[in-house]
Amino acid sequence: MIRFLAPRLARAALTILLVVTFAFVGLRLSGDPALLIMGDDAPPDAVAAFRASWGLDAPLWQQYVTYGAAVARGDLGLSMRDGRPAVALVTERVPATLALTLPALALKLVLGLSAGIAAALYRRRFVDRVVTTLAVLGFAVPSFVLGLILVLVFAVELRWLPSGGHGTWRHAVLPVLTLGLGGAAAFARLTRSAMLDVLGQPYIRAARARGLPWGRIICCHALPNAAIPLVTLGGFSVGSLLAGSVLVESVFSWPGVGRLLVMSVASRDLAVVQGILLLTATTMVTANLIVDLLYGLLDPRLRTGAATR
Amino acid sequence: MSGRTADAERGYPPPRAIRSLRARLSYPVRIAMAWLALMLMVAALADVIEPYSILAVDLRARLAPPLTNSGLSAHWLGTDALGRDVLSRLIASIRISLLLAFAASLLSASIGTSLGFLAAHRRGLTEQAILALADVQAAVPFPIFALTVMAFLGHGLLPVIGLTSLFGWERHARIARGLALTAEAQGYVAAARQLGAHPLRVYLRHILPSIAATLIVLMTLIIPEVIMLESALSFLGLGVQPPLTSLGTMIGYGRDYLTRAPWILMLPALIVVLTTLAVSLVGDWLRDGLDAGSE
Repeated sequence: MIRFLAPRLARAALTILLVVTFAFVGLRLSGDPALLIMGDDAPPDAVAAFRASWGLDAPLWQQYVTYGAAVARGDLGLSMRDGRPAVALVTERVPATLALTLPALALKLVLGLSAGIAAALYRRRFVDRVVTTLAVLGFAVPSFVLGLILVLVFAVELRWLPSGGHGTWRHAVLPVLTLGLGGAAAFARLTRSAMLDVLGQPYIRAARARGLPWGRIICCHALPNAAIPLVTLGGFSVGSLLAGSVLVESVFSWPGVGRLLVMSVASRDLAVVQGILLLTATTMVTANLIVDLLYGLLDPRLRTGAATR
Repeated sequence: MSGRTADAERGYPPPRAIRSLRARLSYPVRIAMAWLALMLMVAALADVIEPYSILAVDLRARLAPPLTNSGLSAHWLGTDALGRDVLSRLIASIRISLLLAFAASLLSASIGTSLGFLAAHRRGLTEQAILALADVQAAVPFPIFALTVMAFLGHGLLPVIGLTSLFGWERHARIARGLALTAEAQGYVAAARQLGAHPLRVYLRHILPSIAATLIVLMTLIIPEVIMLESALSFLGLGVQPPLTSLGTMIGYGRDYLTRAPWILMLPALIVVLTTLAVSLVGDWLRDGLDAGSE
C-alpha cells in the first residue's frame, strides 16, 4: 500500500509546489507590487519604505522562500478591494459554491449513470438513440447558453423560478440544473461505451448461462468492471464543475467562489485570485488522489507493485 | 464500392483508413461538413457579405426585431440597443471566433507536439520537466488557469489569443511523446537514423506523418472546447473587447436584453452549439474510421 501511495503523494506535493511557483512568477510578472498598491504617483521614499517592509528589495530566491512560507501559513495577503485577508474572503464563499456543485455532482452521477446504462442495455433501440442524441447535444451546449435558455423558459416565460440571486432552495434549482445537465451528458456517453465493452465479455455470457437475473448481472458483474473509466471521469468532473461554476454563478448572480474570481480578475485583485487558484489546485489534487485510491480499491491488480511501475 | 474496385484496377488499393472513412460517411456527418464549410465561407467573405458596418448605428431602429424594414434600411436579424445590425455583427463574430478557435487549436497542437517530441528525444530531466508541467496544467481547470493569468497580465484580445493557443497542449504533448516512443522502437526510425538523418528530419518527416491521424483526431476534440473557452471568456467580459465582437461577446451583450430582444443572443448561441456539434461529429467520424484502419 505504501508503494502504491508514496509516488502519488510525492506527485501531488510537486504539483502544488509548481502551482505556488506559478503564482509567484505571475505575481512578479504582473508589475511592481509597490507601484500597484501605492499608485504611480507615490513619493519615491514611501515606495522604497514599502519595498523594504515587504521584503521586495531582497534577492528573488529569498522573496520566493518568504512567499512560500507565507502560503504554507495560509497567509496570502490582503484583498486590494476591501483590505480583508484574501483567505477569509475566499473561504466564506466556499459554502455557496458547494451548495451548487454538490447537488450538481449528484445529479450528474445519477442521471448520467442511469441514462448510460439504459442506453447500453437497449443498444440501437429507441432509448439508446434518445440518450446518445441528448448526450451529443449536451456536450455541444456551453453552460452559460444552457443557463440562459433555462432562465428564458422557467423564469421569464413560465415564471416558475427566480432567474438569479441567492436565498431559498428555489434560487438554486436553475443553477444546479445548468451545472448538472451538461456534465451528465459526458457521463452518459462514457457509461454507455464502458458498459457496452463489459457486456460483450465472456464472463457476462457465463453469468447469463448460469441463469442469473439481469439485475444481478448488471449490478454485481458488469458495473464494477465498467467502473474504472467512470471513476476517472468522476475525477475530471470535479475540475469541470469548478470551471463550470465560474460561468453558472455569473449567469445566476450566485455569491460563490466563481463569481468572486470573475470580479477579482476584472479588478485585478491578485491576492484573492491566487487564493482561488491555490484552492482549486488543492481540490483537484485531492480529487485525483481519491481517484487513485479508488482505482486500488476497485481493481486489486493495480494495487500490486507491478502495476505501480 | 465501384470507386474501390476502380482504384484496385489501377493498381493503387486505397489505404484501409481512407476506405473505412468513406464507408461511414453518414448524413449527419455530411451535414456537419457542409455546416463547417458554410461557416468557413462566412468567415472568409465576412467583409463582402456584411450588409452594414458592425459599428453603424441606426438610431431610428433600436432593438428592432428580426425582419423589420424601417423604411430606408432592412435588418434581417434585427438590431441591438444602439441600432446596430445584428446580422452584420453576427458575421463579424463568426469570423473572429472561428479564426481564433482554429488558429489557436493549430498552435496548441504544434506547441504540444513539439514538446512531446522533445521529451521523447532528450529523455531524462527534460522529459521529466515536460511531464511535470503537463501534470500541473492538467491539475488546474483551464478556464480558472486562464482567468488567473488574466488577473496577473491583464485581459483582452491578446491574452485570449495567447491563452487559447495553450489550451490542450498538455494532451498533445503526452500523446505525441507516447507515440514517438513507440515509433522509436520500430524499424523505420532506426533505418532513418542509420542513414544519418538529422533528428529533426526523423521526427518531422518520418514520425510525424505516421502519428498525424491520432493528433488530428485529438485536435477535433480540442477545437470545440477552444470555441467554448473563447466564448466563455468573452461572455464574462474578459475576452474579445469592443469594438471587436465575437460570438461570446454577443451572447454576453444579449444577456442584458434577454427579455426585450432575445434575438440578439439566440443566433450567436445557436451558432456556437451547431459549430461545436459539427466539429465533434466530424471528429467522431474520423476517429471511427482511423481506428478501424489502423488495426
